[in-house]
Amino acid sequence: MSFSVTDIRRDFPIFERTIRDGKRLVYLDSGATSQKPWAVINAETDFYTKHNAAVHRGAHQLAEEATDAYEGARAKVAGFIGAQPEEVIFTKSATESLNLVAYAMGNAESGNRFALGEGDEIVVSEMEHHANLVPWQQLAKRTGAKLSWFKVTSDARLDLTNIDEVITPRTKVVAITHQSNVLGTINPLDAIVKRAHEVGAVVVLDACQSVPHMPIDVAALGVDFLAFSGHKAIGPTGVGILWGRSPLLSELPPFLTGGSMVTSVTMTDATWAQAPQKFEAGVPNMAQAVGLGAACNYLTSIGMQAIRDHEIALTDYALKKLVEIAELNIIGPSTNESRGSTISFTINEIHPHDLGQFLDSQGIAVRTGHHCAWPLAKSMNVQSTTRASFYLYNNEEDVDVLVQGIQSAQKYFGRF
Amino acid sequence: MELDSLYQEVILDHYKHPQHKGLNPVFSAQVHHVNTSCGDEVTLNVTIKDRKITGISWDGQGCSISQASVSMLTDLLIDKTLEEAEVITHSFSELMASKGTSTGDADLLEDAVAFAGVSKFPSRVKCALLGWMAFKDAAVQSQGESK
Repeated sequence: MSFSVTDIRRDFPIFERTIRDGKRLVYLDSGATSQKPWAVINAETDFYTKHNAAVHRGAHQLAEEATDAYEGARAKVAGFIGAQPEEVIFTKSATESLNLVAYAMGNAESGNRFALGEGDEIVVSEMEHHANLVPWQQLAKRTGAKLSWFKVTSDARLDLTNIDEVITPRTKVVAITHQSNVLGTINPLDAIVKRAHEVGAVVVLDACQSVPHMPIDVAALGVDFLAFSGHKAIGPTGVGILWGRSPLLSELPPFLTGGSMVTSVTMTDATWAQAPQKFEAGVPNMAQAVGLGAACNYLTSIGMQAIRDHEIALTDYALKKLVEIAELNIIGPSTNESRGSTISFTINEIHPHDLGQFLDSQGIAVRTGHHCAWPLAKSMNVQSTTRASFYLYNNEEDVDVLVQGIQSAQKYFGRF
Repeated sequence: MELDSLYQEVILDHYKHPQHKGLNPVFSAQVHHVNTSCGDEVTLNVTIKDRKITGISWDGQGCSISQASVSMLTDLLIDKTLEEAEVITHSFSELMASKGTSTGDADLLEDAVAFAGVSKFPSRVKCALLGWMAFKDAAVQSQGESK
C-alpha cells in the first residue's frame, strides 16, 4: 500500500474541523503533541465503556479483562521498540520516566552500581529539553556529583571532539537526546554509547522526538534506558514509557513506592516486586496505556520506515522552500542529513510570537518560544524561535501554506 | 480581520520606535521580569522622588505586544504620582481582563486603549501585562526603601 496522507487524515477526526472562521487546519505542532486517530480514541473509549476495572487486583471478570488489555498494551509497546514486555514500564509521561531514573539513582545506596556521590559525574548536553536536563542537574546537586555536558556546534550538531574529556572514568550516567526538539538534529549515538560503556556508565536516551517518527530497535541502539511519551506518538496524554535493560532494572531501586510494587510489607519494611511492577506503584493510567497500544498498532500498520521516508521527503521539500524566504534563518542543520522533521527558524524583524499569531489567523498551528530548552536557545544566540514540526498527516501542501503564511506575515508586519 | 484588532498601528509603531528604551544607570528601583512560558523579558529602572515617578528607563526583548506595552507604560507613567500611576495600572489591568468587552478609558490610558484588542487573545494578555507587573513590583520596592 502506498503512503497516502489523504487516507491517513481520514483516520484523524480533528482534520474535519476548521480553524479561525473556516480555514483548513494546518497542524505543524506535532513536536509538542500529535493528533489522535479514531483507533486510539476508540481504544480508550472501549476500555472505559466495556472493561474498566483496576488492573492486577480484584477477583472479577472486569479486572481480568482490564489486566489483559493493559498487559496486552505493554506487549504491543515492547514489540514496537524491539523490547521484552518486562523491560517496559508505564509512567504518566516521558518527564516522569526520566525523573524515575534520576530519582531512583538518587535512592541507590553505596555498593549499588547506580550510587552517586562526590567524585562521580553526570553527563548531559546543551541541546537537552528541560525534562532531560533539570532532573540530572538536581540529582547532581542532591548527591554532590558533578554535572558536565557536551556543547553544541555552530552548525547545530553535538560537539563530540572532546568526548573523552566529557565522558570520563568517573562518569556514571550519560543522559542525551536522540533528536533535538528544537533543532531537529539526530545525534550520533554509537560514539557516545561506546565511550560511556568503556567507562562503565549507563546511557539514558530521551527518545520523545524519535520513537514517534522512525523505526526504533532498542537492542540496536545500544543504550541502557529509553524514554518517550505516548501523546507525541499519536497516543493519549497521561502515559509515558521507560524502557530499561532487565539486569539494570533489577538493580535500580524504586522511585515511587506504594501498592502493587511490593512482594511483602510489614509495619517497618517492604520488599520489591520484579520490574516492571517495581516501578508502577498505584493504579496506573490504564485506558491511556491501552490507547498507546492502539497507537503502536496504527503506526505499525502504516509502517515506521514509510513514515520516516515520508518525513525525510517532506523535510527536504520544506528546507528547500524555507531557505528561499528572504530574512529567514534556520536554527538547526540546514541540510537534511541526520535530521528529523522539526524545523526551527527566525525571521529578522518579526518576533516568533507575532509570527505564530499571524500564522494562527491563517489556520496554521506552530510553536513559538524557547521550546523548554532555554540553555540551547542561549547557546544558539536566539531568544526564541518559531518551530514547524511535521508528522505522517502532513504533506507538501501544508509546507506551501506555511511558506505563503510567512510571506504574508512579512508583508503584514512590514507595512508600518 | 480579527488580527488587526490585536496589531493596532500605534502598537507596532511603539514596537519599532520604543520610548525611553536604554537603561538609565541612576534609579531607585530595578526589576527584571521574565515571561517564563515564552522567554520575553523586561528590565525597568524606576526613579521615584517624593512619591512622584521622575524617570522610567527600560530594556527588554520580546514580541511586539510585550515591548510596545512597556514603551507606552513609560509614556503614561513618567511624571505621575504613585497614586495616579496606581489608578492607571489598575485601569490597564481591568482592560486586559475584559475579554474584548471593554474599549478602555481613553482619558486615563490614552494610546494604550489600543491594547483593548489584545484582551480577546487570552495567550497574549500576559505579554501585554509583562511591563506593568514589573512596574508594580518596582513601585513596591522603592516604597519599601523610602520607609
